[in-house]
Amino acid sequence: MLMNTLIILIVIPFLAAVALLLLRQYVVRKWLVLISTAVLCAAAVYLLAAQILAGASYYTLEMEAVNRLMIGAEVFLAAYILILGTRKRQYWAAILIIIQTGLMLYFDFTYRYGAAPARHLFVDQFSVIMALVIGVTGSLICVYAVDYMKEYHHLHPEVQDRLPFFFFTMFVLLSAMFGVVFANNLRWLYFFWEITTVCSFWLIGYTRTEEAVLKAFRALKMNLLGGLAFAVAIVYIFIRANVTNLDQLTALDKTVAMIPALLIVLAGMIKSAQFPFASWLLGAIAAPAPVSALLQSSTMVKAGVYIIIRLAPVLNGAIAGLLIALVGAVTFLIASCIAISQLDARRVLAYSTIASLGLIITCGACGAQETVWAALFLIIFHAVSVLVLVLCTGLVEHHFGGCGIETMEGLVVNMPRIATMMMIGMAGMFLAPFGMLISKWAALEGLIRINPFLAVFIAYGSAATLFFWTKWMGKLITVKAKREGFAANVSFLERMPLIVLTVLVVGSCFFFPWVSEYLVEPYLMSTYGSSMNMSTGSILILFIMMGLLLLLPLIVLFYKNPDYVEAYMGGANVAQEDQFLGSYGCPRDLVLKNYYLESYFGESKLFDAGVVSCTCLILVMLGVGFL
Amino acid sequence: MKTVLTIVLFIVAAPLAGGLMAGLDRKAGAWMQSRVGPPLLQPFYDVAKLFSKQNIAVHKSQKYYVLCFLVFVILSGALFVAGQDLLLVIFALTLADVFLILGAYSVRSPYSYVGAERELVQMMAYEPMVIITAIGMYMVTKSFSVADIAAFEQNLFVKLPGIFIGLLFVLTGKLRKSPFDLSMSHHAHQEIVGGVLTEFSGAELAMVKIAYWYQNVFLLGLVCLFFASAFWLGVGAVMLTFFLEVFIDNNSARLTWQFTLASSWIAAAVLGMGNLVVLIFI
Repeated sequence: MLMNTLIILIVIPFLAAVALLLLRQYVVRKWLVLISTAVLCAAAVYLLAAQILAGASYYTLEMEAVNRLMIGAEVFLAAYILILGTRKRQYWAAILIIIQTGLMLYFDFTYRYGAAPARHLFVDQFSVIMALVIGVTGSLICVYAVDYMKEYHHLHPEVQDRLPFFFFTMFVLLSAMFGVVFANNLRWLYFFWEITTVCSFWLIGYTRTEEAVLKAFRALKMNLLGGLAFAVAIVYIFIRANVTNLDQLTALDKTVAMIPALLIVLAGMIKSAQFPFASWLLGAIAAPAPVSALLQSSTMVKAGVYIIIRLAPVLNGAIAGLLIALVGAVTFLIASCIAISQLDARRVLAYSTIASLGLIITCGACGAQETVWAALFLIIFHAVSVLVLVLCTGLVEHHFGGCGIETMEGLVVNMPRIATMMMIGMAGMFLAPFGMLISKWAALEGLIRINPFLAVFIAYGSAATLFFWTKWMGKLITVKAKREGFAANVSFLERMPLIVLTVLVVGSCFFFPWVSEYLVEPYLMSTYGSSMNMSTGSILILFIMMGLLLLLPLIVLFYKNPDYVEAYMGGANVAQEDQFLGSYGCPRDLVLKNYYLESYFGESKLFDAGVVSCTCLILVMLGVGFL
Repeated sequence: MKTVLTIVLFIVAAPLAGGLMAGLDRKAGAWMQSRVGPPLLQPFYDVAKLFSKQNIAVHKSQKYYVLCFLVFVILSGALFVAGQDLLLVIFALTLADVFLILGAYSVRSPYSYVGAERELVQMMAYEPMVIITAIGMYMVTKSFSVADIAAFEQNLFVKLPGIFIGLLFVLTGKLRKSPFDLSMSHHAHQEIVGGVLTEFSGAELAMVKIAYWYQNVFLLGLVCLFFASAFWLGVGAVMLTFFLEVFIDNNSARLTWQFTLASSWIAAAVLGMGNLVVLIFI
C-alpha cells in the first residue's frame, strides 16, 4: 500500500500533466488542477499517517519496462537539447548533454546496470517531510497559477499563450520532485534529477523572449554540469564498490564514499544556486511568478539541499564537509548582503532564497544531529514563507504596478489583505517567534558547538537579513493616501492558496514541536543514533511571544481614536497631505526612499567576491576529497 | 516561584532604576559641562507629564507598533532575568526594536523615515557583536542559558576581554550615546529632529521612554554578566561602564552611519573573532 502511495505521488502529477497538455479549455484546466491538488495533498497526508511511526521502508520495482522507459526519455531529451542547443548556438549545453547521456548509456549497456538488484524506491521520515512540502506547496502554486497565468497573458499580449505546455511542465516538475525524494536507486534519482533540470529550462524560457531563452540556457548549462558530476559519481561508485543505491552509498566506508558523495554534493550545490552558481536562480525570477515560486520554494533548489542532507552522514567530520559548510556560510553572508542593495522585490527574494539555502547547506554539511535538525526545519519554514512572498509579489506586480520595492509604498492602504500576508511572510523569514528564526536559532547553537567560526558568518549574515527585510516591511506599512480609484481584483483561486500558506506560516510555529517529535527526531535517531529537541521551556516562550503578537493588535482596536495630525515637515506642510512647501515657495511632492547602501553592499563587487571565494573553496574541497 | 518573583521585581524595579540612570546621566552630563542640571528625578516628571498630553497621532496603527515595542522590550528583559537562553533574549530584543522601526516607517514623515533607516543601520552594526558575545560566553561556560552563565564560577571577563570591549563599543550606539547616536538624540542640535521618535507624542512617547529604561537596565545586565561570579565587581563594572558612556557621550560629536557600520563590523571581527581564536588555542 505504501509503495502504491509512492507510485501514485510520482505518477499522478505526470498523468495530470499529460491531461493538461491535451485538454486546453480553461474550465477543464481549473478542475484538473484542483482535483490533482486534492489527490496529491491527500496522498502526502496519507503517507504521513502511514509512515509516521515506521522506520525507513524500501521497495523493489522489478519492471524492466520502467528502466527502458527512463532510458528512452533520457535519449529523447538529450536529442532535444542537442538540437536546440546547436540551433541556438549554445554549444556547451549540447556538449554537456552528449557527454553525460553518452556516459550513462554506455554504462547502462556495458554493465547492464538496470538489471542489477536494486531497491528502487524508499520512504522514511525525511522523505515524508519533503513529500508534504512538495505536495502541499507545489500543488498550491499550480492552483494559484490557473488564474494568475490567465491574467499574465492578458497583461502581456506579446507573449505567446502556451499555457497547456506551461501546466504540463509544472506538473512534470512536481512528479520529478517526488521521484527525487523517493528514489533510492541512484540511476533513478539521476533520471528524476535531470527531468527537474529540463523542466526548469522550459519554465524559465516560457516567454521565449531572447533574454528569457538566454537565462534558461544559463540555468540549463549550470545544472547539466551538476548532472555530469552526478553521472560520474554513479559510474565511479558502481565500478569501485558495486554500489547502486543511496542507502548503500551512505553506509559505505567514508574513504570510499567520499568522492562520489562530493560529486553529488557539487550537483546539489549547483541546483541550490550556491555561489558561484547563483546566477541561474537570479535569471529564473524574470519568469512569471508561479515559476519562480515553484523553483524557489519546493522544487529544484530544494532537490539540491535534499541530496546534501541525505549525504550528510558521509560528510560529518570530514574536512571536505567543513569546506562545503563554508561555501554555504559564505553564500549566506554574501547573498544576504547583496539583498540589501536590491530594488526589485523579486531579486531580494531570490537572494534571500540563495542565502537560506546556503544556511541549510552549512547545517547539512556539518552533519551533526543538531544542525541537521535545523536544516530540516529551515527547508519546511523557508518553503512556506518564501512562497507567500513570491506569490504576493506576483499579485502586487499585476495589480499595483511593478515589483520594485519603492513602488510598494502604501500597499497596506491599497491592498490591505495582501500587505498583511506579506508582512506575515516576511516575519516568517527573520523574526522571532516565527519559523525561520526558530531554525536559525537551532542552527546557530548547533554550529557554535561544532565550529564557532561558521556561526560568526551566520551572525553577520543575520544582521544583513534584518536590514533588508525590515526596510521592505517599512515600505509596505507606510500609511499614505489611497490611490484614486484603486481596486484590486484578486480572484479566489489566487487568494485561497495564499490564505492557506499564511495560516501555515503562523500555524507552523505552533505545531513544529510535533513535527519535530514525530518526523525529525525519529529520522535523526535512525541516521545518527541520537537526536535533539528544543527544550519545553523555550517552546513555551515562543508560544507566549506568538500569543502576544496575535493579541496585541486586538488591544489597539479598543484604543480611543486620537486627534489626527499631519506628519511634521519642518513647518512647511501644505494643504495637500503628500506635499510640502519647497524653497521656491511652491508645493513639492514628498518622496521617501529607502537606503540601499550601494557603496557597501553593491551587487557588482560582492557577487564577484562570492563567485571567486566559493570557486576557490569548491576547488579545494574537490582537491581534498580526491587526495 | 523564585523566577516569577525575579520577573515581577524586574518589571517593577527596572523602570525605576532606568529612570534614575537617565536622571544621573543628565546630572553627570551637566557636571561635565559645569552646569547645575535638572533634578535627579526629572525623567520621571517628564514621563508623568507626557501621559497627560493630548492624544494625537498621524495614524492609529503607530500605536500598535509602540505598544509592541514596549511589551517585547519588557519580555526580553524578563527572559534575561529569568535566566533563559541568551540567544532567545537577543532575538526578542531584535523583535522589539523592529517594532519601533516599523512604527517610525508607518507615519510617512521624512524625519522619522531617515531615523528609521539609521536605526536599522545601527541595529545591523550592533547585531554581529552581540551574537559573537553569546558565542564567546558559550565557549567559556558551555551553556547558552543566562542562568548557567551567571552561575559560572570563573570571571568571564578574564577569558573574554576582547569581546567585552567589542560589546562596549557597540553598546554606545545601543544606549543612544554619541558618537553613535545616529537615529535620535536628546541633544537639541539634531538635523533629523527627533529621528524615529519625531511623530510619537504624549503617552506613546512616554511608553518609548519607559521601554528605553527597561532596555538600558537589560543592556547593563549584559555587561554585568561578564562579572557575574563576583557581585560587587559586577556592580562596579556596570557603574564604570555607565559613566564611561556618559563621558564619551559628552566628549564626542556624532559620526556618520557609514563610519558607525564599518567600525562596528570591524570591531566585531577584530575584537570578537580575535577573542574567539585565542579561546580556541588556549
